[in-house]
Amino acid sequence: MSEILSAAEGSSDSGSKIAAFVRREIGRVLALGSLVVIFAFFTIMRPVFASWANVSGGILMSTTVIGLLAIGITFVIITGGIDLSIGTSTAVVAVIVGKTVMDFHLNMWNGIILGIFIGGVLGCINGVLITALKLPPFIATLATMKASQGLALIISDMKPVLFTSDVKGWDSIAQGNIIPNIPNAVLILFIGAIIAAIILNKTVIGRYAFAIGSNSAATKLSGVKVERWLIVIYGICGLYVGMAAVVLTSRLGSAQPDLGLGYELEAIAAVIIGGTSLLGGKGTISGTIIGALIMSVLINGLRILELQQEWQYVVVGVVIVIAVWGDNVRRRRSGEAS
Amino acid sequence: MAPSQLLSLTGVSKEFPGVKALNNVHFDLHQGEVHALVGENGAGKSTLMKILSGIYKKDSGEIIYQGNPVNVSSPNEAQKLGISIIHQELNLMPHLTVAQNIFIGREDRRRGRVFLNDAKLNKAATQLLSELDLNLNPKELVGELTIARQQMVEIAKAVSYRGSVIIMDEPTSSLTPAETESLFKIIRSLKANGKGVIYISHRLGELSQISDRITVIRDGEYVKTVNTPETTISEIISLMVGREVDQDQRPEAHRLSDEVILKVEGISDQNLLQDVSFDLRKGEILGFAGLMGAGRTELARALIGAEPKTAGKIYLRGKEIKIKNPSDAVSAGIGYLSEDRKRYGLLLIQNITFNVILSSIPNFSSKFGFLKTKSAGAIVRDVITKLRIRTPSELQFVKNLSGGNQQKVVIAKWLTRNCDILIFDEPTRGIDVGAKDEIYKLLTKLSEDGKSIIMISSELPEILRMSDRIAVMCEGKLTGIIENKDADQNIIMEYATKFRD
Repeated sequence: MSEILSAAEGSSDSGSKIAAFVRREIGRVLALGSLVVIFAFFTIMRPVFASWANVSGGILMSTTVIGLLAIGITFVIITGGIDLSIGTSTAVVAVIVGKTVMDFHLNMWNGIILGIFIGGVLGCINGVLITALKLPPFIATLATMKASQGLALIISDMKPVLFTSDVKGWDSIAQGNIIPNIPNAVLILFIGAIIAAIILNKTVIGRYAFAIGSNSAATKLSGVKVERWLIVIYGICGLYVGMAAVVLTSRLGSAQPDLGLGYELEAIAAVIIGGTSLLGGKGTISGTIIGALIMSVLINGLRILELQQEWQYVVVGVVIVIAVWGDNVRRRRSGEAS
Repeated sequence: MAPSQLLSLTGVSKEFPGVKALNNVHFDLHQGEVHALVGENGAGKSTLMKILSGIYKKDSGEIIYQGNPVNVSSPNEAQKLGISIIHQELNLMPHLTVAQNIFIGREDRRRGRVFLNDAKLNKAATQLLSELDLNLNPKELVGELTIARQQMVEIAKAVSYRGSVIIMDEPTSSLTPAETESLFKIIRSLKANGKGVIYISHRLGELSQISDRITVIRDGEYVKTVNTPETTISEIISLMVGREVDQDQRPEAHRLSDEVILKVEGISDQNLLQDVSFDLRKGEILGFAGLMGAGRTELARALIGAEPKTAGKIYLRGKEIKIKNPSDAVSAGIGYLSEDRKRYGLLLIQNITFNVILSSIPNFSSKFGFLKTKSAGAIVRDVITKLRIRTPSELQFVKNLSGGNQQKVVIAKWLTRNCDILIFDEPTRGIDVGAKDEIYKLLTKLSEDGKSIIMISSELPEILRMSDRIAVMCEGKLTGIIENKDADQNIIMEYATKFRD
C-alpha cells in the first residue's frame, strides 16, 4: 500500500528534496542577490560608497533603529497581524525613559532595562486590545499609534528631553565601540537579530506564531491558547520597540517626542522586501534584515550620487512593488501555497 | 465475551435559533467497533459529532464515556478524555510541516524550557507514520501535499492522541480506491487494538466493507440502528429518506416547448467536474439533485464563468457562446442565484432599489454616468408589486427583510436584467414554510412566462414538487436525467449514491 501511495505522489527522494529546499529559500536568495547587485552598482558609480566609514557609519548605522523595529514586527506579521504603533511608541518609550532617568537619577543599565520593559508593556497592551476586545490588529494598533503620538507630546511637554548628558555612558550605547571599528548600535542590531531568529525558529513562541498565521482556527481547535500567545508575540514586538528607542536616544542625544511617525511603514517595507508575507504563516529574520539593508543601501547610495531626497523615496516605493510582485510571480510559478 | 461499551449518548437534543438540529438522539459505541452514522445533508450527523468532540454544547441528554457520565465542554476536554475527530474540512496549518502539524500544541517542553526539539518531533512522527504504514515525509510542508495526503496527516494526528474514540467525518471524500484501502487497514488495526471508530460517510458501498453497525439519522431524529451484515443498501436508503412524499405535490402538467435553449457539453474542471452534459428546454424547470459535494454548485459556477473550466462547450439557442467570467454569462442572459444569497447575491447594507438595478446599471444611467434614480424607482416599485415583496418601500435596506423577501429581491435583480435562463442554487434555504410556498409559486409562474430554470436543491420533496425533469449528480459526474413522472425519492438517492449505471 505504501508503494502505491508513493508512486501516486512522486517520490520524496533526495533530488526533489534539494529542489524543494531551493524553492523554499529562493525568496531570500534573490533578496540577498539583489542587495549585492545594488551594492556593487553604487560602488562602481562611486567607489567611496564601499569605504568602511560609509558602510559602517552611514549604511549600517542608519539601519539600526528601523532594523530593530522591523525585527520586532516580523513576529507580528508572521501571525497575520500588523502593528502600526511601533513608530510613535518608540517616541513614547524614549520620552518616558528620558524623564524617568532624569527624575530618578538612574544609571545607564537601569535606563536600558526600563526602556525595553516599557516597550514590552505597550506591545502587550496591543495584544490585549486585539484578543480581549477582538479588535482587528489594524484598528487596535492604529488607535495606540495615535494615542502614543499624543502621549509622547504630553509627557515631554512638547520639547525634546535632553537627558543623555546626565547619564554616564548613554551616548556610548549606540556610538561606542566595544568591538573596534564597529559602532555598538550595529552590534545591538546584530545580536537582536540572532536572538529573534532563535526565538522564531527554535522555540514554541515562534512555532505558534507560524501556526497562528497559517491557520489560527485550526491552531485553536488543536488546543493551543491562541489568545495568550498573541499577547506574548505583540509583547516581543514591543520589546524591540523599547530597544530601538534606547538606541535612537543614544544616537540623537535626546528623546524627541515628534519622531517615530513613519518608522512603522519603513519597518513594514523592510519586512516585505525581505520576503515575509503579509498574509502570515511564513517569514524569516534574515529576510527582514536583508530588506532593511536594501532600503538603507538604496537611500545611502542615491544620496552619494546626489539624487534629490524626494526621488529617493520614489525609488524605495518602486523597489517594494518589484520585490513583492517578483515574489508573487515566483510563487505562482512554483505553485506554492500562498 | 460481550463487547464492553465505550460510549453512550442518550436523549441528546440541540437547538439553534429557528431550527431543531437534534431531537432526542441516541448513539452508542463498543470497544473494537466501527459504527457508521448516516443521513441526508442536514440530518444532524455533524451536529452530533460536534457535540461529542466539544465544539458545541448539547441542550439536553447524557454522554457516558467508559462508564462515567461526562460533560465535553471544549475540544481540549474531548482530547483529554480520548475522543479525537477528523473533520471533513481539513484543520491543518499549510505553512508547517507534517510532524509540526501532528504534534501542534503538544510539543515536548520540559518545565521551564521554551525551546523546541524538532529532531525529537520528527522522530516521533516518523515512528507514528510507519506504524500506520503511511508514506509521508514528516518534514514536508503540509501546504505542498495533495488533499488526499493532507487527509492522511489528519488521520495520523487523530490517532496520535492515542484516545479510545476516533470520529471520522467523510474521511474518504478525496481518496482513491487504493488510498481508501490504506485507510481501511488503519481502521482495522485500530479495531484490533480495542479502539472505537465512528464513521460518517455518504459512500454507502464502503459501509459494508468497514462498519459493524449503522445508525441512521433523519431530520434530527434517531431512526434506527442495524447490524451491517444483516442489512442492504436499499434498506439504508429507505431509512434515510423515509419521508412521505405528498403525491399531489408534483408539477402540473403543462405544455413544455421542445426548443432547447441551453445545451451544455462536456464540462470539466480542475477538481471535481467530469464531462457533464445536458440540455435545458425553454420554459422548463430542470432540477439538479445530489448529495453535498456532488458538484452541482461547482457546475453552476463553471457555467457562469465564476470558476475556470478545463473543458466543455456551451450553446445558447444553438449557437456556441464563450463564457469566461460572470459578466459574459449575464450578457448572455443567464442569472445565478447562489446558495449563500447574503454573501454572493445581495448587498445587505444597501436598499432594495440599489440591489435590484445592480445588474442593469447601464440601463439606468445617462451617457455621463449619472444614475437615473427616478425612473429606477418606478421600475423597482413595479417589480416589488409583481413579486409581492413585503416591504414599506423600495428604499428599505435589504438586511431588514426576511429571508424569503431577500430571495425575491435577488430574483427581481435578474428579471430586471431580462435574464431568460435562471440558475437557482438552493432557492429556499433558510426560508420558512410559508414563504417557501410563495417562492415555489413564483418559480412556476416564471417558467410559464417562458423563463428556463435550473434548480439545484438538496431537498428531495422540493425537487420532486418543482422539476419537470431531474438531473442527478454524484462526485462530479452526471449520473442520470429522469422525467419527473419516473422519479421518486429512492430512485434519486440511488443515482446520487452511484448505484445504477
